[in-house]
Amino acid sequence: MSNDHGHHKETFLSKYVFSMDHKMISKQFLITGIIMGVVGVAMSILFRLQLAWPDSHFPILNWLFGDKWAPEGRLDSGFYMGLVTIHGTIMVFYVLTAGLSGTFSNLLIPLQVGARDMASPFMNMLSYWFFFLSSVVLMSSMFVETGPASGGWTVYPPLSAVAEAMPGSGLGMTLWLTAIILFIVSALLGGINYIATVLNMRTKGMSMNRLPLTIWAFLLTAILGLLSFPVLLGGGLLLMFDRLAGTSFYLSDIYMNGIGAMEQTGGSPILYQHLFWFLGHPEVYIIIMPALGITSEVIAVNSRKPIFGYTAMVISLMGISVLSFLVWGHHMFITGMNPLLGTVFLVMTLIIAVPSAVKTFNYLATLWRGSIRFTNGMMFAIGLVSLFITGGLTGIFLGNAALDIALHDTYFVVAHFHLVMGSSAIFGMMAGIYHWYPRMFGRMMNKTLGYVHFWLTFISAYLVFFPMHFQGLAGVPRRYYEFNILPEFAPWLDVNVFITLAAILGGIAQLVFLYNFFSSMAIGEKAVQNPWSANTLEWTAPVEHIHGNWPGEIPTVYRWAYDYSHPDSDSDFIPQNVPDKGAPEEVSYEPVTPVAPEEKETPERVMFWGLLKNWLGLTKA
Amino acid sequence: MQAVAHMNTTKSEQRMHPRKFTLILLMVGMFMLFAGLTSALIVRRAEGNWFQFELPVQFIYSTVMVLLSSLTMWLAYRGAKKDELQTSRLALLATLIFGIGFVAYQYLGWLDLANRGVFFVPANGGENGMVSGSFIIALVGLHLAHLLGGLIFLSVVLVKSLMFQVHKKNLLSINLCNTYWHFVGALWIYLYTFLYFATQF
Repeated sequence: MSNDHGHHKETFLSKYVFSMDHKMISKQFLITGIIMGVVGVAMSILFRLQLAWPDSHFPILNWLFGDKWAPEGRLDSGFYMGLVTIHGTIMVFYVLTAGLSGTFSNLLIPLQVGARDMASPFMNMLSYWFFFLSSVVLMSSMFVETGPASGGWTVYPPLSAVAEAMPGSGLGMTLWLTAIILFIVSALLGGINYIATVLNMRTKGMSMNRLPLTIWAFLLTAILGLLSFPVLLGGGLLLMFDRLAGTSFYLSDIYMNGIGAMEQTGGSPILYQHLFWFLGHPEVYIIIMPALGITSEVIAVNSRKPIFGYTAMVISLMGISVLSFLVWGHHMFITGMNPLLGTVFLVMTLIIAVPSAVKTFNYLATLWRGSIRFTNGMMFAIGLVSLFITGGLTGIFLGNAALDIALHDTYFVVAHFHLVMGSSAIFGMMAGIYHWYPRMFGRMMNKTLGYVHFWLTFISAYLVFFPMHFQGLAGVPRRYYEFNILPEFAPWLDVNVFITLAAILGGIAQLVFLYNFFSSMAIGEKAVQNPWSANTLEWTAPVEHIHGNWPGEIPTVYRWAYDYSHPDSDSDFIPQNVPDKGAPEEVSYEPVTPVAPEEKETPERVMFWGLLKNWLGLTKA
Repeated sequence: MQAVAHMNTTKSEQRMHPRKFTLILLMVGMFMLFAGLTSALIVRRAEGNWFQFELPVQFIYSTVMVLLSSLTMWLAYRGAKKDELQTSRLALLATLIFGIGFVAYQYLGWLDLANRGVFFVPANGGENGMVSGSFIIALVGLHLAHLLGGLIFLSVVLVKSLMFQVHKKNLLSINLCNTYWHFVGALWIYLYTFLYFATQF
């Protein structure tokens, strides 16, 4: 409490559990995300056992899931679908949305824009606890008698709308929907806070064009979430009504043995897909954009060069954000869509390659002739660029309606999204963890273990997902339980064995990370204030976490975040709070718009002009 | 919590109140919820098998109520800004009454729909395009839920006003309430216009 405010005494509960300090909340998000990640990755390895050795019996499966779900050590087919579904849900929402955005937006937004805390620390705390509650509800669905939701992470009706459709469509599905609604509340509370903080609480001199690219990415991610999650909420509510009230928004003409099996008719299952993918596609950018923002920062710091094309990076992030709302139909090419509409979605989808390519070229140009320091964070950031390019290329295939009709629901799709947004975002998250670990925990992670972790993960990611392209091209469908009963897929069994072994290797690599992460908190080398010689404001705060971030005044910002190897400077970096040589101490770099006396701020003026001026970076700071 | 929010702004320019800004962002989210659902209605309707019916006349009365309530809300806010507390309180009370009137006419409208055989859960399981009723009632019902939130907010502000806590120097609560109330009003106008055209053509 070295700050001049908030002299209240903190208890264990208020400091570690119901904390309103953004730094503690970011750790809560991270550790919950890591736990969910361990569960999600473990699930994938367990169901890959079934794919590789469909007829074998594994005592460990029986030990884990009992006679009900793994009789004699072989996964039950319904439970296999449940594992696939919950793996997808956990990785997409709980690890790569909440674990990634929740952690780094919380940690970095106040610290990098120069704020004491979030706009509403209370809402921030609520955001975490809704996320926690949502995680508990989702995990509890694993323990209900009929099993967890099993219709895939996209939960298309009718499997998700008719409780009798399959065992997992019962209580498990209701719990899934409840968990996602809680998750949406959490994401909205968090996102609103991130936007409000970035736009309203920047320190003196921190105009929009001086924001680090991390903050731009977090801001645009939060805006995407704010615009898309409510639509999923609407879709989820209609699904709830179909399940619980007996409406038929999504149910239509279900026949079994020639007899109308359902009373509920007249709805449209395709409608759900529209509502789902209107969120679902922006969601993949909600996942990847924070990772791209982290990469921008880590690559610039460790190349000792200004980021190449700052403005182009910001504009490409904005371009990706806008386009992400116009392409959801490319998930639905095979729904009988009007070919003209399909073409529109096709063109929009391919255009996304442009801003994405701008970003990757800018990363490469930043690395070009830089004084590269291969820190652990840097390795993962470069790994992201590699995976993003590899996975992005297959996006061009899948964006074409004509090709997608053949490749839809095959392993080609699985390979594409696991590389371009799954592995990439995980690498971005890892880059962030290694880079900001000293900021979060005041200690350094072990570098050697970090290298072991990186190389094993990088190699296994390619070994797992690259062969899947060939499976997909051969027509091997995703989400199938046993391939050995279909002779045309039998040749791919050996590949499945190979992939599963690589996945186990990848899993073991994460154990190295877990050990490094948790042991470094206690035995890691003590961190100095600015271990990477970086420019951004978070490294001007003391190593010890204090409520309010800076003991005295909040630093004033005099320059952008990327003054590395500046020719006029003796040092190879100039932090944002260092004034220009010879410049007077208190200088304002922003144009000052004169305000006539009668135009002083009424609340309405503050509302409209404040927002507009903030956006235009005209605010007098 | 608010103390923290203000710490940054004491040194530099006071920007928009964080709560006001948060409310605006929340309203953007709410708008997207309705934008998504009205788009869903368009998509479903385009597939055919859609039962057309007239909107109940009570919804027009609801619209009048919402317009009147916005007017009185504006008067209440203006009164508070000028420290005319009595005007402000009376106008707040009138807003509350018009708001309750809106709810009452919504209820009567639903009764009218039910009398014509249009239910949220169609009696025949959704045959003959009766799913149209589900869509319209879901949209109107969700709006009503948002408006009920506004009524609670309004009641809180009215009580605060009666306790002399809403005046020229303490405008935040009535300012937020004013913004939100106009928003749910505008949302209704949007929904009514949308549903009017969706059921006419």
